[in-house]
Amino acid sequence: MSGTKRPGSAKHPGSESTPGMDPFADTLQRLREAFVSGRTRPAKFRAAQLKGLSLFLQENKQLLQEALAQDLYKTAFHSEVSELILCQNQVDFALRNLHTWMKDEPGAKNLMTQLDSVFIRKEPFGLVLILSPWNYPLNLSLGPLVGALAAGNCVVLKPSEISKSTMKVLAKVLPRYLDQSCFAVVLGGPEETGRLLEHKFDYIFFTGSPRVGKIVMAAAAKHLTPVTLELGGKNPCYVDDNCDPQTVANRVAFFRCFNTGQTCVAPDYVLCSPEMQAQLVPALQSAITRFYGNDPQRSPDLGRIISQKHFQRLRGLLSCGRVVIGGQSDESDLYIAPTVLVDVKETEPVMQEEIFGPILPIVNVRSLDQAIDFINRREKPLALYAFSNSSQAVKQMLDRTSSGNFAGNQGFTFLSLTSLPFGGVGQSGMGRYHGKFSFDTFSHHRACLLSHPGLEMLNNIRYPPYSDFEQKLITWALGSHSCTLL
Amino acid sequence: MEREVQRVRAAFGSGRSRPLTFRRRQLEALRVMVQEREKDILAAIGADLSKSEFNAYSQEVITVLGEIDLMLEKLPEWAAAKPAQRNLLTMLDEAYIQPEPLGVVLIIGAWNYPFALTIQPLIGAIAAGNAVIIKPSEVSENTAKLLAKLLPQYLDQDLYAVVTGGVEETTELLKQRFDHILYTGNTTVGKIVMQAAAKHLTPVTLELGGKSPCYVDRDCDLDVACRRIAWGKFMNCGQTCIAPDYVLCEPSLQDLIVQKVQEAVKGFYGENVKESPDYERIVNLRHFKRIQSLLEGQKIAFGGEMDEATRYIAPTILTDVDPGTKVMQEEIFGPILPIVPVKNADEAIQFINEREKPLAFYVFSHNSKLIKRMIDGTSSGGVTGNDVIMHFTLSSLPFGGVGSSGMGAYHGKHSFDTFSHQRPCLLKTLKREGMNQLRYPPNSQSKVDWAKFFMLKRFNKERLCLLLLTLLGVLAAVLIKRYQAVLRTKALLIFLAVHRRAIP
Repeated sequence: MSGTKRPGSAKHPGSESTPGMDPFADTLQRLREAFVSGRTRPAKFRAAQLKGLSLFLQENKQLLQEALAQDLYKTAFHSEVSELILCQNQVDFALRNLHTWMKDEPGAKNLMTQLDSVFIRKEPFGLVLILSPWNYPLNLSLGPLVGALAAGNCVVLKPSEISKSTMKVLAKVLPRYLDQSCFAVVLGGPEETGRLLEHKFDYIFFTGSPRVGKIVMAAAAKHLTPVTLELGGKNPCYVDDNCDPQTVANRVAFFRCFNTGQTCVAPDYVLCSPEMQAQLVPALQSAITRFYGNDPQRSPDLGRIISQKHFQRLRGLLSCGRVVIGGQSDESDLYIAPTVLVDVKETEPVMQEEIFGPILPIVNVRSLDQAIDFINRREKPLALYAFSNSSQAVKQMLDRTSSGNFAGNQGFTFLSLTSLPFGGVGQSGMGRYHGKFSFDTFSHHRACLLSHPGLEMLNNIRYPPYSDFEQKLITWALGSHSCTLL
Repeated sequence: MEREVQRVRAAFGSGRSRPLTFRRRQLEALRVMVQEREKDILAAIGADLSKSEFNAYSQEVITVLGEIDLMLEKLPEWAAAKPAQRNLLTMLDEAYIQPEPLGVVLIIGAWNYPFALTIQPLIGAIAAGNAVIIKPSEVSENTAKLLAKLLPQYLDQDLYAVVTGGVEETTELLKQRFDHILYTGNTTVGKIVMQAAAKHLTPVTLELGGKSPCYVDRDCDLDVACRRIAWGKFMNCGQTCIAPDYVLCEPSLQDLIVQKVQEAVKGFYGENVKESPDYERIVNLRHFKRIQSLLEGQKIAFGGEMDEATRYIAPTILTDVDPGTKVMQEEIFGPILPIVPVKNADEAIQFINEREKPLAFYVFSHNSKLIKRMIDGTSSGGVTGNDVIMHFTLSSLPFGGVGSSGMGAYHGKHSFDTFSHQRPCLLKTLKREGMNQLRYPPNSQSKVDWAKFFMLKRFNKERLCLLLLTLLGVLAAVLIKRYQAVLRTKALLIFLAVHRRAIP
């Protein structure tokens, strides 16, 4: 690897350079120098980092489960299914495919370039910043991290300070498994994050709310840093008259209450006819009772709200519309019961903000068309769900709306497929990741054309001056074969 | 401005731009426009950049026609849903990625190739099913006026609108909300565009610029190298975002390069460059004066002649250029070629890496190992080895920058993908609810093991043999007719249990 930079030599343009005053300057400088040294480029290094991640997950399973239980009341099953397994999956998939992904992608040639070498080279960007949230604090930190490391970047990870216990494990234990000259965890709240964002990064990956997404993108704009923003919104869940209410209720209730509703892709609200509502509500009650028993507060499978602030916010939402299921809350326990609201108005808070809790409002529509209109009048959501026995109805919903992701008769199991890109559109985000999409997101796709050194004679045609004959020849040659010459 | 955007948005909302037949018709109409109004288009470009008809045709119009043809050919393939690989959990479901239009796209064009750099993105945006607002650069005012007149005559007037104006109008326009913005221009304005986009969480593609370095190795065909460099540098009077901005070479090569470039220039434009129909002019007085100031204090090896009245600047080479001087601080965008001597390739790599990532990188050498080393050791939007510019001409290659030279890419399929949302879809039925029992609470350890089985798929050769053996076992069981039903169930359970255990 050539291009060695002398340590301590000129700093990368755009970075802060007053150590002492700036808590991040030294770390960032160190990581940048490591990147310039080329250490992260060989496949062997990257594979070693990924194996380190794998070992971290395996050796600290109990520690992580405890942290997740402390932060979000997650049971072992929950942690396994929604965090540990998914992380392990991503790491394994990346390890298996790393060499293939790193290969140059050949490109199609035109008439003029038949003898040349044409390919797309995947290169790391450099210094990547990952800002992760509190709701799946392990998965949403490690998921992007896998992609960034596989792509050969140096990474700064800033986990959410709200999920304190997981944050501590990530800060204290994770770095031991990775090359610390190329990876660092930084801690802090909104103020520290603001100061961190003043620095120049070569890529920023943010998971969180649209409001903060705008702040991140505006900060990135100052340095022309490309971003991926995994945001959120209100994910509509359309329930057709033609369906089995109990099956639908099972699926909707399950995915709504998973992680106590604190999932960016959870069904946020239901759209259905009043007739369907009459059948759905008892079915939802039945599902909730089956999952969590008669006193959900005592069920080990139902979690708690992450913080007082969010608890208060959600408690406020309980007074919207009319409670038909649940509605109980317990401040001392940060407990909100699985709740279903009806007779909600569009203007009420529960229909204005992303709920992010175990509350499910039902909004009545008279037809599929009305549901589609309702959805299209609002911001594009991260996920859209449609339940119907009629595949036509499902397709209609799919064809006439837009959303980050779409699932028919299902909840967010699409997250388990590494072959599907995961990301938002419009207010729900930009960019995507998972599987190979992660690798591609954290890589610069560099167009390369290596011209055959000889055959200059053929090139004479492109140099001025252009005789009439040459003009006609060029025009004919390029026109009929649809290629371009500049 | 707001009303214009709303009108276009309402048109998109009608769904008219989505069917493939509609998109084809618009692209075909665009093609007709280019063919029928060729003379007007060439004249406008000629007026803006003092460009000959042939140059305007071969540099801009052909690019556009090629892109339209490619889109028309590939549209059905690119717009089709792509099936995605499933795991055991989703084996019976339909999984695919569906490309969709984003909505209203804003294209801000540049003045240096005013037709191609505005229309080529437009082609991709139309093909992806979007509505588009086109804002051509006011600096190339003839082309801007022409586009404002022609596009409404050939394309759907509600879905595709041209907005003209300068900085003030563009600022107003950027306050509106779009679903994607593609901007071609300079770094400073690029930041402003991205800032404005951030307010609406609008994704952007920024085609910016920088100083594209060109390393000339001792071991190369200097005649060919200098001719190609001269061609790429002086076309459009140096006003090309991927022109070789400056040359890096060993000191011993400087004089030879000067000589050979001078020969190439003579070959291209004759003794009196000013009279060659193939040599363009600087676009306006402001840029003329800007480029003029870059020559202050420099050693001019040849060229340097200027004529303010016609905005003519002769092809010029500077030698022994000091990296700290003005000409090495900004993108030249003019027919001035500085040569910066470096000791060797390693020093060249270091020099390049100390600066912002450029839009293009060029290296001339017979030594393919050296070329590889230089590509590996640097970063840039794109690379052409042993030539310049040419990577732009291949629609299979993404055209875009990195770092301060830009973000995102387009051309060909990359255009289509840039202007689409690739939406993942997972379709299940409401049947087989029984299989979902696994995931519903209340939970247990056995459910964890089953979850692992379905979500992790890790088979290796020994397990595969085990799989085959049990398959045979199952087959045998099925053949026993008398206890058929019972045995089948039992066999299935054994099969599943064995493979559950097979998962480490």
